[in-house]
Amino acid sequence: MNFELIIDVVLLALLVATAIGIASLRQLFPVAMLAGIYSLLSACFFVLMDAVDVAFTEAAVGAGMVTVLFLATFALTSRTELPTRPRRRQAALIAVFLTGALLMLATRDMPHFAAADAPIHSHPLYERYTVTSNEEIAVPNVVTSVLASYRGYDTLGEVTVIFTAGIAVWMLLAGRSRRNKSAKGMQH
Amino acid sequence: MKLREEQTILRIVSKLLLPFILLFALYVQFHGDYGPGGGFQAGVIFATGIVLYGLVFGLEAAETALPPRWLQVLMPLGLLLYAGVGVANILLGGEYLNYNTLDAHDPVHGQHLGILLVELGVGITVAAVMVSVFYAFSDRGKD
Repeated sequence: MNFELIIDVVLLALLVATAIGIASLRQLFPVAMLAGIYSLLSACFFVLMDAVDVAFTEAAVGAGMVTVLFLATFALTSRTELPTRPRRRQAALIAVFLTGALLMLATRDMPHFAAADAPIHSHPLYERYTVTSNEEIAVPNVVTSVLASYRGYDTLGEVTVIFTAGIAVWMLLAGRSRRNKSAKGMQH
Repeated sequence: MKLREEQTILRIVSKLLLPFILLFALYVQFHGDYGPGGGFQAGVIFATGIVLYGLVFGLEAAETALPPRWLQVLMPLGLLLYAGVGVANILLGGEYLNYNTLDAHDPVHGQHLGILLVELGVGITVAAVMVSVFYAFSDRGKD
């Protein structure tokens, strides 16, 4: 048994334990903390798979930003989860197991991790992104050259999505409190 | 969301950490060509610094350091910078977002410049959106 396999097993076991913890808790404050830990563990897992850029995003967004936003949301809504009826809990459990089984079935069609004959290595673009990009763009981090140059349209779309989401949240939440403030200001 | 005044250790430690967090965000932003990272990660890390400041020293302090009115300008500014690079490419005679045209003599240099500007646009928009979402949530929580 090699060393990396042991780390993989430990990390996945911790992920499962965290997920069970999240599902079983009713208090939402520890749930937010556990969700942050879940993100951090996922980021470690991505690093093991050599996807450092993805791991970086997961750690910054999942563990850092989302946890804070969860806490801010609890301040607006409630800190405890309402109990669900046992009937619905059973239905949810069946749905989760069915989906999980389908996903596991789907992985049988996927190539093995880091397999040399995986379709991604025989695709015509493989050569372009990993070899030709050194002359065309000359950026050592291939992820950056793909993300910002070859797939510039996609990234522009992603930024537009983030911008739209930001504007939507701002219009929904900030608008009302400003009106309250100006109403209060008129009373004084 | 403001912590009580006697949280001295938390206040001092976060004050010590803040410049390094913001500096690290800039490093991730401009070093994305060579190492892991880029505009998305840098924007979120920068926003995390402001959020930490807001959590420890209060929302008013954070809003003084980075006023919400600036965010309303910065949010579209990043996106317009990104889209504007594409328009500049068209005006220089290339396809939309084909950075080769940015430097008439050396297309590789044009690519570097284009990626730098585009990533900067991503970083500005992401940081501004994250901070403004945090402001919106915490501001609402006070009522």
